[in-house]
Amino acid sequence: MEIQQLNAIASQVRRDILRMVSGANSGHPGGSLGCADFLTVLYFEQMKHNPANFTMDAINEDVFFLSNGHISPVWYSVLARAGYFQAEELGTFRKLNGRLQGHPSVDKKVPGVRMASGSLGQGLSNALGTCQTKKLNNDPSIVYTLHGDGELQEGQIWEAALYAAAKKVDNIIATIDYNGRQIDGDTEDVISLGDLPGKWRAFGWEVLEMDGHNITEIVATLAKAKSMTGNGKPIVIIMKTEMGQGVDFMMGSHKWHGVAPNPEQLANALGQLEETLGDY
Amino acid sequence: MKQFEILGKKDTRSGFGEGLLELGRTNPNVVGLCADLTGSLKMDAFEKEFPERFFQIGIAEANMIGMAAGMTIGGKIPYTGTFANFSTGRVYDQIRQSVAYSQKNVKICASHAGLTLGEDGATHQILEDIGMMRMLPNMTVIVPADHNQTKQATIAIAEHNGPVYLRFGRPVVPIFVQPDAKFIIGKADVLTEGTDVTIIACGHLVWKSIEAAQELAAMGISAEVINMHTIKPLDEKAILDSVRKTKCVVTAEEHMLNGGLGEAVSQVLTRNFPAPQEYVGVNDSFGESGTPDELMVKYGLDTVNIVAAAKKVIERK
Repeated sequence: MEIQQLNAIASQVRRDILRMVSGANSGHPGGSLGCADFLTVLYFEQMKHNPANFTMDAINEDVFFLSNGHISPVWYSVLARAGYFQAEELGTFRKLNGRLQGHPSVDKKVPGVRMASGSLGQGLSNALGTCQTKKLNNDPSIVYTLHGDGELQEGQIWEAALYAAAKKVDNIIATIDYNGRQIDGDTEDVISLGDLPGKWRAFGWEVLEMDGHNITEIVATLAKAKSMTGNGKPIVIIMKTEMGQGVDFMMGSHKWHGVAPNPEQLANALGQLEETLGDY
Repeated sequence: MKQFEILGKKDTRSGFGEGLLELGRTNPNVVGLCADLTGSLKMDAFEKEFPERFFQIGIAEANMIGMAAGMTIGGKIPYTGTFANFSTGRVYDQIRQSVAYSQKNVKICASHAGLTLGEDGATHQILEDIGMMRMLPNMTVIVPADHNQTKQATIAIAEHNGPVYLRFGRPVVPIFVQPDAKFIIGKADVLTEGTDVTIIACGHLVWKSIEAAQELAAMGISAEVINMHTIKPLDEKAILDSVRKTKCVVTAEEHMLNGGLGEAVSQVLTRNFPAPQEYVGVNDSFGESGTPDELMVKYGLDTVNIVAAAKKVIERK
């Protein structure tokens, strides 16, 4: 897909995120906006998947796990825009009797979602399990994950990181949303991650870094990561992003992590983002 | 009363190991995961025969449960193995989100449950695991009574599509379930028919309940012993059919009174047929170091305690 098309989709995804969170008067716009470019490239360019016929078992399909489940708005929007379900359903986000729970769930049977997430730190383990099953099934597909940088403070992440390298799980591409912010403030102040690339390298992972808002660079880095699979080492991409990217007053702070815009703020934000595919 | 022949003596965990090995031979989708306790869990035979389907996770139980959930995507049936404490309390949130809420076909197999773990003491003697697991929606909870039944249950749960908690133990105990018995999830075994008191037990307390029924019979008291190997879904019909007849019940379990089999039974009775109930179990206390037999005596989980509870509950009718 052309870079221009991907940019256009990402703009619509950002509009969806803002309208969903505003419509629910709750949710997490900051991290969702920050990951809009990445998830757009992943689903519209990188992954081998079948939106028209979703199956839990994903035989011969790539699989994605959203480990930081609170940025569900961006995932739901990308899933809908990719064809997993109708975009109109995005209006039910966080509403009673809807499928689009505040954090992704399996029991509501949302096409595209294979694992609940929200309690942080579990997605990498989930992904490694699917990686091992794919190897047993001789399925050459790849398993992708996305994690928050704050999420890396959970110990289970490092249990999984240790396992992946020790057991040579080389069909995984994990991505870290490295925006440097978490609920209580800057990650550097809350509990510093220190030398993050160095930590992953020390755990035995191949480390790539990219600008999470440069679509050309995302496309190239994901392609490179894919070319590195199957070589006996797990792969992680440390993706530099800006929380709230695309909406000027949401950028540069942690305060839009989990707050919905009011109607005036929504109008201001939507004015900064082109409607490209039609609002739901 | 009906007499039970002791067919031999073995640990229930060996029944798990034998069941898993047999499953390995009959069901290519069954995989095993273990957190550095392969020998203790008796998973070594499976590991040896099916190395490609055995996953050594190391001392990382959270990662083990999370991976097991992920392995179901693509059709595998993961059996995780570690001690009961590390199978539940340590990983409750991983089970809750990745297994139970996500409706994954994971079998959480837990050995060394309860006081009979023995000398290692209270850090390892979990007495709350049945409670934690039966509170989780979508979870099936099974506590087989002896070696043969543990093997049969291990094999049977592969045919059930959904999360299962299978609890067994460390010590060598009498075998009385026939080797060709069929294990049906959720269907209690009525072991002896009686008219004066119902004794509902699970796990190691089932054999002690049979012994108690024999002692009660010698006193002229007719006890109906039910092996409630499935705590969830609970066989409500078996409970009500029996208690409607005997009008009182004793529950016996190697578990905390809070949250265990006894509470599950009383919930059924208070809703349908209120009747006097006495509870044999651990009363809001941690365990301690000691031999399994010493601990069962000290914490009131022995045959004599079941006999006393039966006599007391009959008096309350």
